[in-house]
Amino acid sequence: MPVMREARPARGAFIDFEPEATSLEIRGFGLRYGDKPALNDLTLRVPRHRVTAFIGPSGCGKSTLLRALNRLHDLNEEVVQQGEIRLEGRDIHAPEVAVAELRRRVGMVFQAPNPFPMSIYDNVAFGLRLQGGLSKRRRDDIVEWALRSAALWDEVKDRLRASAWSLSGGQQQRLVIARTLAVGPEVLLLDEPASALDPISTLKVEELIRNLKASLTLVLVTHNMQQAARVSDYTAFLHNGELVEYAPTDTLFTNPRLARTENYITGRMA
Amino acid sequence: MRWRRRDTARARLPRGEGPWAWLSAGSVALSLLLLALLLGLLLSRGLGHFWPGDVALVTLEDGRQLAGRAVREEPLPDGSGRERLYRTGNRDLDGAIWDWVALAAIHEVSYPRELLVLERRRWGEFIGRLVALEPEAGPRLEGEAAWSALEARLVALEARREAIRRLREQTIRPLVRRLEREGESAEVTRALAAAEARIGALRASLGGASLVLESVSGQHSIEPLEEVVRARRPNAMSNLDKLAAWGQGVWRFLSEGQRAANTAGGVWPAIFGTVLMVMLMSLLVTPFGVLAAVYLNEVAHQGRLTRLVRIGVRNLAGVPSIVYGVFGLGVFVYGIGGHLDSWFFEASLPSPTFGTGGLLWASLTLALLTLPVVIVATEEGLARIPHRQREGALALGATRLEMLTRVVLPMAMPAMLTGVILAVARAAGEVAPLMLVGVAKLAPQVPVDGDFPFLHLERKFMHLGYHIFDAAFHGGDVQAALPLIYATALLLVLVILMLNLTAIFLRHHLRSRHGTLSSY
Repeated sequence: MPVMREARPARGAFIDFEPEATSLEIRGFGLRYGDKPALNDLTLRVPRHRVTAFIGPSGCGKSTLLRALNRLHDLNEEVVQQGEIRLEGRDIHAPEVAVAELRRRVGMVFQAPNPFPMSIYDNVAFGLRLQGGLSKRRRDDIVEWALRSAALWDEVKDRLRASAWSLSGGQQQRLVIARTLAVGPEVLLLDEPASALDPISTLKVEELIRNLKASLTLVLVTHNMQQAARVSDYTAFLHNGELVEYAPTDTLFTNPRLARTENYITGRMA
Repeated sequence: MRWRRRDTARARLPRGEGPWAWLSAGSVALSLLLLALLLGLLLSRGLGHFWPGDVALVTLEDGRQLAGRAVREEPLPDGSGRERLYRTGNRDLDGAIWDWVALAAIHEVSYPRELLVLERRRWGEFIGRLVALEPEAGPRLEGEAAWSALEARLVALEARREAIRRLREQTIRPLVRRLEREGESAEVTRALAAAEARIGALRASLGGASLVLESVSGQHSIEPLEEVVRARRPNAMSNLDKLAAWGQGVWRFLSEGQRAANTAGGVWPAIFGTVLMVMLMSLLVTPFGVLAAVYLNEVAHQGRLTRLVRIGVRNLAGVPSIVYGVFGLGVFVYGIGGHLDSWFFEASLPSPTFGTGGLLWASLTLALLTLPVVIVATEEGLARIPHRQREGALALGATRLEMLTRVVLPMAMPAMLTGVILAVARAAGEVAPLMLVGVAKLAPQVPVDGDFPFLHLERKFMHLGYHIFDAAFHGGDVQAALPLIYATALLLVLVILMLNLTAIFLRHHLRSRHGTLSSY
């Protein structure tokens, strides 16, 4: 199914996917913060029900790209964008797309756990309550399902009414994942989800990511290359706002096609 | 290995910081000391007033006698010794209630048990001896028999006064209201007449008994028993009795209205007015302040104009409060109030309803005065909420409004309450603007009663701060009012403390529900 293709041999090496297997399609996407360019003419396809990792040095634009995927840049008045991002073939910037609806379909988990100052239950039910129209019984079921999916249920089932802030950092991050799962997204964006966590919590989150791809498309931003190698199926290497190489993770880490990629993954480029 | 306790005393000393630690610790200590001094002064002067101190019988070298309570001592102007001020009462007999006596002129001071202190409705205190009690009928009682009869009579008298008061408030007032509402009716008129008759009977039963009194200087007077509020023989009281009397005095101060042009009696209407006004002010200022802060911090484009507005708001906090008073008088009282009168209360013009100072206008003026405080505190609270919390809400499909109302504002609630606490502290102590927009020297009718609409926003009200000002500078006898001023000041501090504690408790409750912001 994946087709290797030298899209622009002069600048990079990219893998491509058939449209039917594509969840997110980024086409000629560029972004500036005021006059400062951050992303430049990116084109790539993110496969459905796979884990795709964005790696690259700090400031390469990988988080910026991730945040563009659910339009979190809308809040920042300075940001200017060009090009297209398509979710299941539909442009996410089209005027008929409601941004709240888009964000429900494309969920996001941030670097630092950000549970709301409410009970564990209320955190998970937050998105459900926004939509409304659910019976309490149904809501309880979804909350339990989401917490089970995030591998947190057994740890919190006896204290759902306790403050979410009483959980440990790793538990908080899994709670945030559960909260995002509860709204039923198709795509889950993860912005360095384990960088604030201890090694054991990190392992739990990584295992969770591997389990979730059965039902979700996952996009992971990380600057931990071992992590990218452990959990992702495909890896995109970004540098200075440009896509350098995009390949199956095994290939990219064992046999990169470009010298720039090799320099980065072997640690010769910060 | 055994754990060793840290030497806590040493650990608490500022170490290695050089003079700065000592300087800052010293300034804290100085502030605390001054505060303690202020509170100590208010406590001792204010609460001491209610203690029924011993009454001295002073015999002077020239044989003259006087009776009174020692107030304080001062050196004589010519430096030849000291003189002592006695509060002697008996304004009706002597024309003054104070007497300065040089210490050198005192021959003897004694504390005879039979000295009597009467609190009267007119003329203030009487200090002297009880010669006899003359009942309406029957033989005249003298000596100890007169004293025990007087005590018994006063208890009965108090019960009857209470009965009259209750009749007036619970029977006559509703009847009169019904008359006004429904017009004359035989039934109401009859009930009214019956109530009046009962009051008349109770009045008559207060009786025509009178007391024969003699001051220590030998002047006689006759006092109708009806005029007497309380009678005591402080020198014969045990400390326990005095404590009970002190408690009674404090309670009456808190629960009764004022007498004798604010120099005696209680301050209940002023307490009530202060608390009510501050609460109304909080209700008015909180929504406005919070909305303004939300707009400035969350909605407005963060450009030059917003910065300018923000600077303007912060500077408003420095405008002298009397300026707000003048503004309130011009805009609220004459402007809005005047128009309200001409639209809705034309019938009662030219006597104004809302076109004169009142509770509503005073609360509005103070709300305006404290608005910057609430805005600034709320804005700081909003700015402190981490970006990741907002993004977390948005990423779950919340609109900006939902993000604000469900995540940001609840998290900023403690900051808003901090703003309200600061606003209350500022508003409760403010007097100058109130004098222009609705505070009254005497408004024994509190602005809340059983008449529709129960809360009378147009009424004038009394205020502890203004009460202090009035009693201190406009009273006839400042010397007599001084202890009451101290007590009122103490009370004002306590009222503000109580209002603040309520808000602090609320804030603590909100915070403890989910813990404070964790910072990572």
